[in-house]
Amino acid sequence: MNLLTKATMVALTLALAACNNPRGGADYQDPMGAGGGIASTALGDPNDPASIAYFNETIGDTVHFTVDSTDLNPEAQTILRTQAAWLARNPGYQILIEGHADERGTREYNVALGARRAARVQQFLVGAGVPANSIRTVSYGKERPIEVCDAPRCWDVNRRAVTVLSR
Amino acid sequence: MTQFSRRPVLGLLAGLALAPRAALAQTPLRIEINEGVIEPVPYAIPDFVAENGAGGQYAAPLAQVIANDLTGTGLLRDIPASAHVGRVSSFDSPVQFADWRAINARALITGAVRVNGRQMTVKFRLFDVVSGQQLGDGLQLDGSTDTWRRMAHRVADQVYMRLTGESGYFDSRVVFIAESGPRDNRRKQVAIMDQDGDGTQFLTDGTALAFAPRFSPSGDRILFTSYETGFPRIYLMDVASRRRQVIGDQPGTMTFAPRFSPDGGSVVYSLSIDGKTDLFLLNLGSGQRWQLTQTDAIDTAPCFSPDGQRVVFESDRSGTSQLYVMGLQGGGATRISQGQGRYSTPVWSPRGDLVAFTKQHNGRFHIGVMRLDGSAERILTASFLDEGPTWSPNGRVIMFTRQEQGADPVLMSVDITGRNLRRVPTPGPASDPSWSPLLP
Repeated sequence: MNLLTKATMVALTLALAACNNPRGGADYQDPMGAGGGIASTALGDPNDPASIAYFNETIGDTVHFTVDSTDLNPEAQTILRTQAAWLARNPGYQILIEGHADERGTREYNVALGARRAARVQQFLVGAGVPANSIRTVSYGKERPIEVCDAPRCWDVNRRAVTVLSR
Repeated sequence: MTQFSRRPVLGLLAGLALAPRAALAQTPLRIEINEGVIEPVPYAIPDFVAENGAGGQYAAPLAQVIANDLTGTGLLRDIPASAHVGRVSSFDSPVQFADWRAINARALITGAVRVNGRQMTVKFRLFDVVSGQQLGDGLQLDGSTDTWRRMAHRVADQVYMRLTGESGYFDSRVVFIAESGPRDNRRKQVAIMDQDGDGTQFLTDGTALAFAPRFSPSGDRILFTSYETGFPRIYLMDVASRRRQVIGDQPGTMTFAPRFSPDGGSVVYSLSIDGKTDLFLLNLGSGQRWQLTQTDAIDTAPCFSPDGQRVVFESDRSGTSQLYVMGLQGGGATRISQGQGRYSTPVWSPRGDLVAFTKQHNGRFHIGVMRLDGSAERILTASFLDEGPTWSPNGRVIMFTRQEQGADPVLMSVDITGRNLRRVPTPGPASDPSWSPLLP
């Protein structure tokens, strides 16, 4: 495979991952490497309660945090319990928890803070019955904000952990 | 000083030693840079004399690069050629000091260039116009025409050293992150350029997010963090060949924030597992690894002391990010930051006497310096977001990332006196600078 083809495939992977989960980071690749590095996951009908689309939108794939915190507020705990229940009904997924920070910190600290948030969500899901060996975590620090207004209303949205599913 | 001041000399024909001088009637020109200067010292640098036709195309650019370096320090101010009264038509003709005094020049730099094929010879002299004395001996540099800008930077380093008594920083490079694309899906490539912003080249292709490149103490290798596998990993790259390898990798963890030891043989970095981030040390030769900290806190942004015996880092073990110093022989970590606010990204100065840092306080970000015991804290900058200081090879200047509200990030530099805040030119948005040592 020449370099150009490889680069194109990587770009395609990123595009697919981004479509799969608009609130997640864009660099996720299937950790299993299935399909020659391209993660291909059917999203299904959002009206189908067993679809990833339903998980992402109706269950809710994202929880938010306050500044510098990893605390899960009642709303976040409800979302994660619902995620765990859905995953129990729909087993077999690989789960990636992405931890993110807002842009009001230094780069390295924010990577570590995102790791802490992702781990907090992982612990909660495992506590709610999700198999530990099905979950991986990654931190994007402040590298992948979803709102970029340089003001608190955007930072509130960007401090998040996203549960990304793939087969 | 340590190896940071080591300065092999390339293509040098004349010696560096200062010519012995008889006692002068006047004190020779000397710029004291400890407190910075309020009024830059005026000097003249006429276009270099082309000693053959092929040298002609370099005569003006050489003088321009040197003037840009020297005037950029804020210590000196070049008098524009349009104001010059005197002319230098031959490198070895006696200098008509009255012509240069007439325009209030305190220093004069004369030079000449000759090109034969791809070989080029650059000569220069530095004069104290007021006393009419030459400062140091004339110097000749020989090299390839490809290195003409480096030869100009070498001349500027010599002039800086002769006027300030300290080594220069112009013949050096910077690795940084070149940014492009929308901020919610940023393309971030490792790039390298000369310290004056010239000659940017990309070292990674941008398909994977990369950040925080760091130079090795000899300037031939870099470390950076990349999401090439989807997870942050540390990469070691040979700058000349662009060959790279993953180091410190451990499945199920994230590794980032690497820096070289002063001998270049080890790397200190952060590893996150189960939400805990600790410091590790990896010997690049043996592959042996040591865990330096073991807490539930975030321990990150480690940086070696110039003697390689200690590490300064940031930790939120007290509740907020603060700076700590620990010896590599154990004995625990001592908190050094004492002021209000959060402190992060500490970087030990090449002289070993100061730490530069990022400070976050009351919603603003600052670059500052403090002594190793936390005393004499001096805040140098303030903006919406300043972060990630890196030292010039001589420890006089700090480069960092600035992002104003709603704007793209840029590279800035500032003297450790707090003076001479200026933008470092880059082709596009840029962040995470790391300054090389003086080039060999």
